[in-house]
Amino acid sequence: MPGKTQTAPSPAGFPNANPIYVRNRTMSDSPYAVEMHDIVIKFPGVLANDRVDFTLKRGEIHALLGENGAGKSTLMNVLAGLYKPNSGTLRVNGNVVTFNSPRDAIAQGIGMVHQHFMLVPTQTVTENILLGLPEPRFFLNLPRFERKIQELQSQFGLTVDPKAKIWQISVGEQQRVEILKTLYRGANVLIFDEPTAVLAPQEIHDLIGTMRALVAQGKSIVFISHKLHEVEAVADRITVLRKGRVTAGGLPMTGRTRRELAQLMVGRDVVFEVAKEATPPGEAVLKLQQLKATSNKGTPALRGLSLEICAGEIVGIAGVAGNGQSELAECITGLRPCDSGQVTVAGTQLTNQPPLAAILAGVSHIPEDRTRVGSAPNLTITDNIIMKCYRQEPIGNGITIDEPSATKFANELKERYDILAPGVQTLVRKLSGGNLQKVILAREITANPRVIVAVQPTRGLDVGAVEAIQQHLLQQRKAGTAILLISEELEELIALSDRIAVIFDGQVMGVVGAHEFNLHEIGLMMTGTRLETLRTPHGRKV
Amino acid sequence: MWLLPPARVVSAAKAMINLPFTLLVEKRTEEVPRWLPAATSVGSVVLAFVVSGIVLAAIGANPLQVYGFFARATFGSWAAFSDTLVKATPLILVGLACSVAFKMKLWNIGAEGQFYIGAFFASLVVLVPLLPTDSSPWLMIPAMMAMGMLGGALWGFLPGLLKARFQVNEIITTLMLNYVAVLWNNFWIFDRWSDAGFQMTPTFGRNSWLPRLSDYAREYPLFSGLTLHLGVFFGLFAAAAVWWILQRSRWGYEIRLIGDNPQAARYAGVSIARNVIWVMMLSGALAGLAGMAEISGVVHRLQERISPGYGFTGIIVAWLAKLHPLGVILVSILFGALIVASREVQPSGIAQMIQGFVLFAVISSDVLLRYKIRLVRAAPQPAGPPGEFA
Repeated sequence: MPGKTQTAPSPAGFPNANPIYVRNRTMSDSPYAVEMHDIVIKFPGVLANDRVDFTLKRGEIHALLGENGAGKSTLMNVLAGLYKPNSGTLRVNGNVVTFNSPRDAIAQGIGMVHQHFMLVPTQTVTENILLGLPEPRFFLNLPRFERKIQELQSQFGLTVDPKAKIWQISVGEQQRVEILKTLYRGANVLIFDEPTAVLAPQEIHDLIGTMRALVAQGKSIVFISHKLHEVEAVADRITVLRKGRVTAGGLPMTGRTRRELAQLMVGRDVVFEVAKEATPPGEAVLKLQQLKATSNKGTPALRGLSLEICAGEIVGIAGVAGNGQSELAECITGLRPCDSGQVTVAGTQLTNQPPLAAILAGVSHIPEDRTRVGSAPNLTITDNIIMKCYRQEPIGNGITIDEPSATKFANELKERYDILAPGVQTLVRKLSGGNLQKVILAREITANPRVIVAVQPTRGLDVGAVEAIQQHLLQQRKAGTAILLISEELEELIALSDRIAVIFDGQVMGVVGAHEFNLHEIGLMMTGTRLETLRTPHGRKV
Repeated sequence: MWLLPPARVVSAAKAMINLPFTLLVEKRTEEVPRWLPAATSVGSVVLAFVVSGIVLAAIGANPLQVYGFFARATFGSWAAFSDTLVKATPLILVGLACSVAFKMKLWNIGAEGQFYIGAFFASLVVLVPLLPTDSSPWLMIPAMMAMGMLGGALWGFLPGLLKARFQVNEIITTLMLNYVAVLWNNFWIFDRWSDAGFQMTPTFGRNSWLPRLSDYAREYPLFSGLTLHLGVFFGLFAAAAVWWILQRSRWGYEIRLIGDNPQAARYAGVSIARNVIWVMMLSGALAGLAGMAEISGVVHRLQERISPGYGFTGIIVAWLAKLHPLGVILVSILFGALIVASREVQPSGIAQMIQGFVLFAVISSDVLLRYKIRLVRAAPQPAGPPGEFA
């Protein structure tokens, strides 16, 4: 990440105590804020946590690392009072405790910042923070509480307008509200459950700054993640889980290599360098000309975007989230109308055509939102896999759907794409994120696309699944497909792309080729500087 | 069911009354066994009868005697069973109409109106008359079926079009169109087609009657007095057709896809607007056919109150049947029996009470599909309220 060395703004001179909701502050001599010992959690058919030990020192950031399904969230749900362990002991500040509900955990100063925010969109920041508290009782003296919240904000450097409604503020700000919520309830231990999954790079920076400010003032943090570079940037110690067991407990972070951590997580060596064969790109397949479109909020999202992608080429779109990436993908795939401009695929005019036209023209789409757009959760794997090909032989013959050939097709893909599930009749909502993404990928690739629009194809997946999905994309590139890769992981873009186009405020700031990737330049373009401005000697416009 | 208290609340409530066991309510994490939904439905019907029996006992009746009487009146003889099926026929068709729409999460509350318009359109064949009054039944009846389905489909098309084009909430439009349909019918039977001032049309000619079993009493003496008409086969055939459409056809796949996730359907290139219109029309056509079957098979004329709320009962039938066509047939027969039974016992509300209990029991039995409830021996309670140091 560019600038991961940036240090937090540390508001020095503030008392190291939280003035609001001070409860159970029975400080003991124990250097540990939390000690978990021999924790066992059984789910039907799974041992989610198998005699796990975990300790959290006061004032440290302890990263909890592991693949999806390794048991990280389960362990932390115990600490947050959401699950009761089948056996094991839990100590907070040296005292043995049992939690029957999240309320008990909060009373002990433990708060969780959930990955999916639990906020009421139509209410203000202050109202959301106060929600569920015994105070205020009847009269809602909002200004008084707004002042309290502002004090808390200045103490930890968490700026967000207390009067703003949740729907008006950005995702990063919403996360700050979640953090404020736990702080307001007197949390000394904060659990961050994959907090960066929803954030843009700049917001991740800010979050890391916030986390540093929090520990500087004596808070302790558990940071659940599977992104190695973030863990590197922020953690003091790490604990690695694999399949419910601890593979490394409380190692100091200094001196660990990324390769070592990945090995602990996955249990084998992981290749970070993506081997990419040089293939000469063919003719331009996808052409976008002066594309303009409006966002859901009614604001201009694309403002005259032009781009061409050739056969056998991966073009990466870099940019801070919300600069038109989602709208760009939707305009190409027919899910969003274009206000003006043109989309053509191999000569076929697709501007403002229905989604079916794009599908028939050979545009595959790996959507950003796997569960809400990319799949039908209560239908089977088979039903989800035939979603794009049920109209054609041999699966769709005229008015019927041929069950046997659909099942055969699904079984073939399950085998070929290594989808882990009991059978093709499994409902896709039962699948893990990685396996669901493989279902979507299998479907989109077997459609023999001319163009693939891949939006955040590896977001939230574990190292093993990321590797598999990147390899599939590279294979498609070799097969001559034009690929538009939208990602917020700059590392991924750099590893996979032949060219990177940087998008800012709905326009392309510049396109750079693989031989000239430069993090500094890309970073500046992401914040709105044009490439041609950057490359003139004195920063003047040409 | 969404208000179900978590496990700890149940055990806390238990602590107050101090039983030697505790109820553990756990969310199901694994797949529900295939037989379970059917088993809970049957179990809840049984439970509803048990609870109703207690009520009957409380008011001084012998529940077993009452149920015995019910059984005889509804299934006790061929004649009784035939009556039950006659009442079940419109429920099957209307229940299917609702199931199809609900499968796509399209809330068609307008089956009642589609039923009436179906009856009206079918009547046009006889009353206008669209066909010569002495036409062969082989011509008359298919024409009435087609008109009935056309009328119902039209009454489904209007809200479907509004929903597809302007996102008008179909619950409101279908509900309102019910009243329009009933009043429209009233205008014709009170004014234009009134039979000697009564609120009904003259009886239709026999060539427009659906054949009944009793028509064949001469050849088969067993059929004498049986009122069962051909409409029941419309119901059975429609159930098979609906099953086939939903489970085997391309259209049905699109309906299921939209029902589960409209965004994914759009992404897969399915036109939601077109499907909204077509599904509303299919739903309306089935309800319209029910209206046709009722006037052509039972009342033999158009009159007021041809439906004692079949269109609304159909919603309940669809729901209790979990939108499954075979379930619709079974639930319709049960509800048909309750309608027949209500004519046989006093007060007639007894049957409606049972119907109410069935509804409650089946809907609340959904809890068993989402949660596992186990009875476990109580562990010694930790001292102090939960949350303190143990």
